[in-house]
Amino acid sequence: MPIPVISNQTSNTVPAIVAHNIQFAYPNTQRDVLKGIDFSCPIGKVTAIMGGSGSGKTTLLRLAGGLFLPNSGQLTVLGQNIAMVKGDDLLALRKRMGCLFQFGALFTDLTVFENVAFPLREHTDFDNEVIADLVYMKLHAVGLRGAAQLLPSQISGGMARRVALARAVALDPELILYDEPFAGLDPVSLGITAQLIRRLNDALGATSIIVSHDVAETFSIADHVIMLSQGRVLAAGSPSELHQHPDAELQQFLHGMPDGPVKFHMSAPDYAHMLGLNTKAKI
Amino acid sequence: MKPFLSHIGYSVRSSLWNSLTILSRYARFIISLLLNSADILRRPRLTITQIYQSGYLSLLIIGISGLFVGFVLSLQLYYLLAKYGSADLVGLAVNLSLVRELSPVVTALLFAGRAGTALTAEIGLMKAGEQLTAMNMMGVNPIRRIMVPRFWGGFIAMPLLTAVFSTMGLIGAWLIVVVLVGADSGSFWGQMQVSVNWWSDVGQGLIKSVCFGVLVTSIALFVGYESEPTPEGVANATTKTVVASSLAVLALDFVLTAFMF
Repeated sequence: MPIPVISNQTSNTVPAIVAHNIQFAYPNTQRDVLKGIDFSCPIGKVTAIMGGSGSGKTTLLRLAGGLFLPNSGQLTVLGQNIAMVKGDDLLALRKRMGCLFQFGALFTDLTVFENVAFPLREHTDFDNEVIADLVYMKLHAVGLRGAAQLLPSQISGGMARRVALARAVALDPELILYDEPFAGLDPVSLGITAQLIRRLNDALGATSIIVSHDVAETFSIADHVIMLSQGRVLAAGSPSELHQHPDAELQQFLHGMPDGPVKFHMSAPDYAHMLGLNTKAKI
Repeated sequence: MKPFLSHIGYSVRSSLWNSLTILSRYARFIISLLLNSADILRRPRLTITQIYQSGYLSLLIIGISGLFVGFVLSLQLYYLLAKYGSADLVGLAVNLSLVRELSPVVTALLFAGRAGTALTAEIGLMKAGEQLTAMNMMGVNPIRRIMVPRFWGGFIAMPLLTAVFSTMGLIGAWLIVVVLVGADSGSFWGQMQVSVNWWSDVGQGLIKSVCFGVLVTSIALFVGYESEPTPEGVANATTKTVVASSLAVLALDFVLTAFMF
């Protein structure tokens, strides 16, 4: 895949994220989590990164946020090579992104209102009146204006996820990263969250990257899907293209089959031997 | 025998290396706290909140402990000095013991147990709940927004708590010596006014309390920041804070006393 020209500004022609031969292992570990990954996330679209547990999805998201740097390869986010951006420049780049964490990561000592106001207070000089208007606007968008004065401990997990979503889009980011946005949600909250992600992406004209293994909900809102397996890209394309893809491992994942190329049992010594049955038989 | 000795040698070497690594990280942490400290002038409310959290909420334990230390110290000194006919020196002896030594040290130890563990647990849980990562991802530096106000809150709270401890200790001593035993009140306070020196006694006690404030608060924050983001990791971190802070306070007290008095 050709590496695009790196500039400080994104344009409609440059993808929001471009990964070229990304290799990564966590510090003090020997195992490569990502083994030479190439992909791109088109601007203005909802891209889903999917795969089983341990396939490297969340790691990829953390690399995109600059929380870790790739060991080799080049990762370009919003037109900037993430390995070259440091200190205050990295913080400035992150201001152009929003991130929704798996369990919301709301600040537990702040009310819902203050959680959503947090990025606005940190990064703008707006007075309290303007901040209040913006916060209520974002909370209204996720249907939680009525919960503004509650603490995170007083709302449900699904509501917390929606508050975190309102906080993630408080500064109208160009790129929104979602880490397992559907994990642990009841069917109603799940549907609401999925539709919110799609609607907010379209309304803000942003680019969304969703890391998930919830096939049905993710496929219902994604424009582009990248399927990972053991640190490599298994397949990429639109949801309908992936449904017709011949790869057996991909089909096992999409249809939730317990056994297939990905084995149900982790490799282990002989079961009968571990139970001592062979020895007993001899006696 | 040889493998045993080489094993010991290897363990000592790796422990030393680990200690040096942790110390260098701690030094870098303190430097980054200081480099980011200008922000507290822009938003003093954050630091005031932390003075309330670390200082005001520790008042009860500090005050009551000071009172009881004053009770015990005055009783012990009264029994001893009365034997030599110097019972009127009890007030002075209690005062000097408190402001020079006991107040800064005991306050720092109590502060480590009350506010230090609270800071470590708070930071550790914020880390475990991905709140620090979330802040980072929002383009907000957690050192500047979270650590710095807490550091300066502890820095300011510690000397104030030490003063409260000393005051309560003196009140305790007065209650025992004057009210309970019936010694002369004028002599109790008069000896102090004449003999306690503002700089060499009170001032140097204040310097100690400021140093202990920096030490305990920075250790508590550092240990919380470096903790494993798991329930077990946070529990271990709070224990580590108390142990490391207490030992560091006692060691620093020795060094400061050797240089100052």
